[in-house]
Amino acid sequence: MSEPVLRRVLVIGYGNPGRLDDGLGPALAQRLAATAPPDVTVDADYQLTVEDAAAIAEHDVVVFVDAAVKGTEPFYFRPVTPSAEVSFTSHSISPASLLGLVRDVFRRDTRGYVLGIRGYEFNEFGERLSPRAAVNLERARDFLDRLLRERDFAAAVTGSDE
Amino acid sequence: MAQTTEKLNRVAIEPVTRVEGHGKVTLLLDDKNHVKQARFHIVEFRGFERFIQGRPYWEVPVIVQRLCGICPVSHHLAAAKAMDVIVGVDELTPTAEKMRRLMHYGQTFQSHALHFFHLCSPDILFGFDADPQIRNVIGVIQQHKDLAVQGVMMRKYGQEVIKRTAGKKIHGTGAIPGGINKNLTIQERDELLQDLAQMKEWAQGALKLAKDYTVENLDRLADFGSFPSNHLSIVREDGAMDLYNGKLRALDPAGGTIFDQVEVPRYIDYIAEEVRPWSYMKFPFIKSLGPENGWYRVGPLARVNTASFIDTPLAEEARREFKAVTDDKPNNITLAYHWARMIELVHCIEKIDELLHDDDLQGTDLVRTGERRSEGVAIIEAPRGTLFHHYKVDGNDQVVMANLIVSTTNNNEPMNQAVRKVADQYLDGHKITEGLLNHIEVAIRAYDPCLSCATHALGRMPLMVQLFDSQGNLLDRQTR
Repeated sequence: MSEPVLRRVLVIGYGNPGRLDDGLGPALAQRLAATAPPDVTVDADYQLTVEDAAAIAEHDVVVFVDAAVKGTEPFYFRPVTPSAEVSFTSHSISPASLLGLVRDVFRRDTRGYVLGIRGYEFNEFGERLSPRAAVNLERARDFLDRLLRERDFAAAVTGSDE
Repeated sequence: MAQTTEKLNRVAIEPVTRVEGHGKVTLLLDDKNHVKQARFHIVEFRGFERFIQGRPYWEVPVIVQRLCGICPVSHHLAAAKAMDVIVGVDELTPTAEKMRRLMHYGQTFQSHALHFFHLCSPDILFGFDADPQIRNVIGVIQQHKDLAVQGVMMRKYGQEVIKRTAGKKIHGTGAIPGGINKNLTIQERDELLQDLAQMKEWAQGALKLAKDYTVENLDRLADFGSFPSNHLSIVREDGAMDLYNGKLRALDPAGGTIFDQVEVPRYIDYIAEEVRPWSYMKFPFIKSLGPENGWYRVGPLARVNTASFIDTPLAEEARREFKAVTDDKPNNITLAYHWARMIELVHCIEKIDELLHDDDLQGTDLVRTGERRSEGVAIIEAPRGTLFHHYKVDGNDQVVMANLIVSTTNNNEPMNQAVRKVADQYLDGHKITEGLLNHIEVAIRAYDPCLSCATHALGRMPLMVQLFDSQGNLLDRQTR
């Protein structure tokens, strides 16, 4: 049986564009915003926060686009399992915890995936991507463009976050 | 300073924490196994000031948002205020001033709501001796789902206010030197009015929860990580709480005035920063009192202590109740931060209410100009406390000097004091127990420190506690 078409898709690119490759997520969101299909919502922020749960709950699937400090190059695309993990801090939240909030607070089973784009330089201030990260960004964009046309998220899983 | 100063220098802060970020606490014992010193290491970025240098001044209100992904609006507004001075504007148009205030109250509202419902409320609802497996936001969701939902929706409301005043979340451009680049449309106003009554009701509920908890547990809280301290904030000319604009006031632990109505550009005559070899983060202090006695607290507790009154009725009533507990003297109870924070939460939603009913927000006179100046200083009360921005700009419009003192830096020494007090009270032998970790967490959380400035990447943010004996030997190390 084929997978039902997931109509309402939310893409959240997050990270700090002022910290070099940490800005990969927002950079992809910016590129995608101009070309995304009408049933795809694109958002960008410095980091994930709890109120994102309310927006995610209104979608069938959410793709978290983030810079990855390790894992498969040029990117990996992995499903996210909702979890109830708790961090000491505070002001940001992981994709798994966020989906846990969606499940436990909003009673919705939005599917979640992380598109982790491999970055290399994080420890300086600067509004630029490293050359290798810029290449990875374009590869990730092509991948996401195709994915948003075909909508077969489960089949697209690739790479490792380790 | 501790007796083992030469050994203290061996404690290193790993630069990699800039990517993952964590809260690291080092406890140093004396010969009698009492906690001689506690060090709360926070990774603060060096080099941001250099990053700004050479940029045209009008870019700064946007660029500084890169400093902190948690409170970009505070930096945006502080930089814009400093650049108002640079462009020679001492008074904004009513529309510009009120739009900025609306943005600021929205930011503070969502920040305080997030902290209370998702960090503080587990401690209050379950008690801070409770198992951390229960004492967390998941426990709140399971047992008090209504509160968890309120936390998310209040945070969302504050973000909606920000979106309509600052523009995009990641590239807010609302405030510009000399004013603002948009007003609030009737449609935007009406959208924000829709949920206002609900937000006010929830804010009052949170205030009651925080107040009742503090009053019912007053004896215990009075001894928990608490200590007398100075308190600093800006206040309005008539002494009222003002989170957006004002002059500096500092009170001593008994409520005596250290200084008052200090003009913002003169902060440098009153505040200095001490460098300690074990920390990247500086330790600000009041010059006239010196580094030993001049450190001070900032943030909600300090602001409710320093304010002569609050100019919104519900928050003022709450402030009076708060002050009555300490006979109108400053409240020095660390965990009273939560109560004070909720007083401000109510104040913010009252202010948002007031502003949304003010026609000036639909005005079209947005920007003023003046005669260019070479130096600008601004202070704003960010959610976590007093935030200083100071810039010099050359004849080519480029920034040549930037100095920022952020809220968490201002609370640096108080957080160390709180951890030392708690650790000395709850350390049993040479082991870091779950109970000790719990209590250190609770004490640090009261200050709502910003630990993950500027970057996040994928990864968790643990709390790590290390215990050293008087000879500098590592006795125990625990991470949560």
